[in-house]
Amino acid sequence: MNHISPVIYQFLVKWLTNFRLFPPEASKIAPQMDALFFFILLVSLVGLTAVVLLVVSFSILYNRRRHPVAVQVEGSTLLEATWTIIPLGLFLMMFVWGALIYFRVYTPPPNAMNIYVVGKQWMWKVEHSGGQHEINALHVPAGRAVQLTLISEDVFHSLSIPAFRVKREAIPGRYTTVWFEATTPGTYHLFCSQYCGTNHSQMTGDVVVMTPEDYRKWLAGSTSGASLAQNGERLFASLSCNACHNARPDARGPSLAGVYGSRLTLANGQAITVDEAYLRQAILNPSQHVIQGYAPIMPTYQGEISEEGVIALVEFIKQLDSNYRIQQTLNTTELPPENEGNAAPAAPAAKGRATHAPAPRPPASQGTTPPGNASQGKVKP
Amino acid sequence: MPDSPATTHGAQQAANSADPANFANFADPANAANSAGAEQPPYLLHHFKSASQQADAAGFAMWLFLLTELMFFSGLFTAYLIYRNWYYTAFVAGSHQLSVVLGATNTVVLIFSSFTMAMAVWCSKTGRRRELALSLTLTFLLGLGFLGVKSVEYREKFENHHVPGRHYSLQSFLYPQSDPQIFAEYHDRPLPLDEARHTEVYFSLYFLMTGMHAAHMIIGLGILGFMILRARAGAYTSGHATFVENFGLYWHFIDIVWIYLFALLYLISRH
Amino acid sequence: MSSHTIVSLPDQSTARIPKRNYLTEENGLLSWLLTSDHKRIAILYLISITFFFFIGGALAGLIRLELLTPQSDLMAADTYNKVFTMHGIIMIFLFLVPSVPATLGNFFLPMMIGARDLALPRINLFSWYLYMAGGILALYAMITGGVDTGWTFTTPLSTHYVNTNVITTGMAIFIAGFSSIFTGLNFIVTIHKLRAPGMTWFRLPLFVWAHYAASILMVLGTPVLAIALVLVALERIAGIGVFDPAKGGDPLLFQHLFWFYSHPAVYIMILPGMGVISEVISTFSRKRVFGYTAVAFSSVAIAVFGFFVWAHHMFIMGISNYTVLVFSLLTMLVAVPSAIKIFNWTFTLYKGSITFETPMLYAFGFMGLFTIGGMTGVFLGTAGTDIHLTETYFIVAHFHFVMVGGMLMAFLSGIHFWWPKITGRMYPERLSQLAAVITFVGFNFTFFPQFILGTLGMPRRYASYPPEFQILNVFSTAGATILGVGYLLPVLYLTWSLKYGAIAGNNPWQATGLEWQTQSPPLTENFTVMPVMDHEAYDYEWLERQTLASQSEANLSQAKQEQALGKEKEVPRAG
Repeated sequence: MNHISPVIYQFLVKWLTNFRLFPPEASKIAPQMDALFFFILLVSLVGLTAVVLLVVSFSILYNRRRHPVAVQVEGSTLLEATWTIIPLGLFLMMFVWGALIYFRVYTPPPNAMNIYVVGKQWMWKVEHSGGQHEINALHVPAGRAVQLTLISEDVFHSLSIPAFRVKREAIPGRYTTVWFEATTPGTYHLFCSQYCGTNHSQMTGDVVVMTPEDYRKWLAGSTSGASLAQNGERLFASLSCNACHNARPDARGPSLAGVYGSRLTLANGQAITVDEAYLRQAILNPSQHVIQGYAPIMPTYQGEISEEGVIALVEFIKQLDSNYRIQQTLNTTELPPENEGNAAPAAPAAKGRATHAPAPRPPASQGTTPPGNASQGKVKP
Repeated sequence: MPDSPATTHGAQQAANSADPANFANFADPANAANSAGAEQPPYLLHHFKSASQQADAAGFAMWLFLLTELMFFSGLFTAYLIYRNWYYTAFVAGSHQLSVVLGATNTVVLIFSSFTMAMAVWCSKTGRRRELALSLTLTFLLGLGFLGVKSVEYREKFENHHVPGRHYSLQSFLYPQSDPQIFAEYHDRPLPLDEARHTEVYFSLYFLMTGMHAAHMIIGLGILGFMILRARAGAYTSGHATFVENFGLYWHFIDIVWIYLFALLYLISRH
Repeated sequence: MSSHTIVSLPDQSTARIPKRNYLTEENGLLSWLLTSDHKRIAILYLISITFFFFIGGALAGLIRLELLTPQSDLMAADTYNKVFTMHGIIMIFLFLVPSVPATLGNFFLPMMIGARDLALPRINLFSWYLYMAGGILALYAMITGGVDTGWTFTTPLSTHYVNTNVITTGMAIFIAGFSSIFTGLNFIVTIHKLRAPGMTWFRLPLFVWAHYAASILMVLGTPVLAIALVLVALERIAGIGVFDPAKGGDPLLFQHLFWFYSHPAVYIMILPGMGVISEVISTFSRKRVFGYTAVAFSSVAIAVFGFFVWAHHMFIMGISNYTVLVFSLLTMLVAVPSAIKIFNWTFTLYKGSITFETPMLYAFGFMGLFTIGGMTGVFLGTAGTDIHLTETYFIVAHFHFVMVGGMLMAFLSGIHFWWPKITGRMYPERLSQLAAVITFVGFNFTFFPQFILGTLGMPRRYASYPPEFQILNVFSTAGATILGVGYLLPVLYLTWSLKYGAIAGNNPWQATGLEWQTQSPPLTENFTVMPVMDHEAYDYEWLERQTLASQSEANLSQAKQEQALGKEKEVPRAG
């Protein structure tokens, strides 16, 4: 090896020991998708080989020197039918198999743990419900179904984890979801695969799959002190949601305890299941998502909460199974003025309304609830 | 010395001898007579074998072109129908801001202009020079009238801050009483803020659709002006009505698009 | 029945380019710029698209240079984004879409159906001016700052998040789009109205069928792109909000409108190329295309089905699962006609009499590479595998296989096939065969590693990437260098052949189309007397009878001349 330039040798070593032809399979769906991939590959190879063999052998057999006189053959309906029906049949097989896998990837199981991912130019913000925040990294436990709820703050991004064989667009304006179950601990690539501007190539990161034990340790060591739901509780009070959604007999808005997952009827008669998407829409575009029996008086919070804020509120409402803590906050804050729930005039006034909100903040309200009552509130961190 | 190759010549001879009636010469200006024995008209292009084939081809081309125009507008119609489905109340409120009287006037004006255009085609085909110029001029004036009414409507939108963009105002939708005339007619409820914001989508589509339509009308008026000048000089009346006829097709198409616009933007939200 | 094969180049000692032809009919720049002759307009197009091809190719070279190293170190990130955007826009709208239709289609469609010109010659010229206007505007946009939205102009990136020349470029594409619409319109009217007597639909060459199908797509699809671009421009200028979620708009609506054209666009690009392949394979195996009716109907089927599959570009965009089902199924259906064509061409070779001139080599390249490209399309149309493969280099490899390995090879095949007819000269055969092989090898080296990169997960439009992807990128760039040589050679030797190439004669390939029954180069009016189509397409027996008849007639007239002139020197025959 001495007669090869050291530079070239270095490159050769680097390249030849550091490349793969196929990504690692690190999720439960990966081998299933790969099976379909190899099936299509096999069919393609067979088809290609058939065409190439036929072309080559015809070229040899019917070369002008060997076969100077062409024999006119009009066609063969049998052949046409064969090579129409067989490819069609194979393609339909692939279609069905692929559709099954597609549905599997985008239909999260009910027991999946949820992690929120907010994409923005040019980073991924990952929010675990326990309050762990990550940038361009995603820690997940092996052996558990993990659902990612994605949204973008600006343009289209796409979260891609090749080792898991999952990819999903993060869209401005609504949630998208994807789920996976990681199988092998390790670190894998995470990419943004939808062109999103200048630093699209830099919007990459690592997915770290940990054993459940390591994951518990990581959770404990990375928490920011407040879970998403706790942040949501704070926002709930500071935005005066408790003015209407307080489960009092004369409340202007529906009670939110236990509302997540229930089936409700909208004012226009449509039946919906309350999921994250509905909750987000109800906060940002309430007039079209009014529940039957309630007046369409909820103001919109579009432009006043960030996507992280909406996520925190959604998480709070998801965990809510009693109105105790909400009513507690009412006791320690002044009620907002009478016209509070009505359609507000143009935006500047609405902003004014938000700052109108009562000064005492959750710390004060938390101060009034004795620690022993924490279990009564049942707001899980 | 033949400059066409021997093979074509051979084929030609074979065809000739087979059935002379099948054979038709190209309309060659050098040929004073074709197989029918008539003179070739001066406007016949060299690659057509007869004036009727040329007119046929031109008409077919015009219909195809109108099909492309239909596809062009279809994107806008699709957007309108989708958003109207999503934001129904906002679209109804937006639609109430339009004056049905002005819209109906425009519709009548355009329908009448289609009538005068059809008259013009008839005049061209029957060789009536004076009447042709007159019908074309009437069509032109009616078209101008349409644009005039449209500009009145646009100005009104501008004054009421209903033009989408920086100066768009939600006032009329949050406080419907601020437009007493419209409120007296429709008694609209005030819209919530988020619903009111969606009226901007309605007006975007309103300006896009009517604006595209108006742009096509302006192009049409330009061509019409050219045609009037030529008609006064005596063109289009010597049996070659293709240009007037095909322009008539374009004009009728514009008319039909307007009728759909009138129905979708002005009428379906009146109740 | 059998057909003799008569392949002999004309007697070079007395061969001459006919003095009167469409090139010599009139002289001067204005006679070209104001021409209504479809053949001259085709030449104008040929020169312009070659020009734009090399600009797009240079941009591709820059992309591959950047990707030699894992770091984004050759140019700024914004510059790289502009480079790949302009590469896409120029190659798609200014090269691939007009390539075969505007050059070979314009030149030969009228001749193949026995007409003297297209139905609307002045619209044809106007079409070229629109193309030039769009192209120059795009270049202007490129030089004065460029565009960096990707050729797909995805909103809201293109409407609110970039400050580059989006509107200028959008309007350039808008104008070029109308060029395409008018070309398609012209073709449809011509095919319907100007066929010679006896030229029934099922006697048309398959080249004409392919162009008919592509023209339908051009006419119906392009206007939707036009309106999508207008909407983007207005959203940038006036903030109208049709695509802005904050105002109630939906950014996904843009994608629906955009892909509603852009998927049929890929069929606009490939169908004319398939038409070329039909002609070439038939001629160089001396056989009627196997299953003529099937191939003709497949072209139309591709056009029709092509309108119903656009959302397969949007499978992971958050559209409903059931929408995905429908579009995936339709995508499988649209794959079948292309497969049918490949098999029909293969069986055209059966019991033929095959030679391997350059057009045939390119045609073979097309068949192999288009099969690979098409099958990888099936990977992408299958919803499950699409999740992993979409937005990666797998997509880049897929469309380069069908467009470059497929369409561009078909274009080169057609250029070489019809070069003798267009110019009256032959290209140098050995050199061109070498160029074809170089192109094929270079192409595979460039784009095959990209399939692997895609399955590994490397996203597209990345200027920097993880180091373990480097070796495949290096292969790809090395291949691109070879590919560049393969594309440069034809420009050089074809230009050389204009002056020094062998004289071709009327029908050097002994092909059956009506265009080959005229002189090379043709007269301005194509035919002095209208041809009558009294035989089927690809009728080699008819051709044989023609050639025998004309040879015996020529022998007879020569014998008479010799007799008349006694024993004086031989009078050289013209043409």
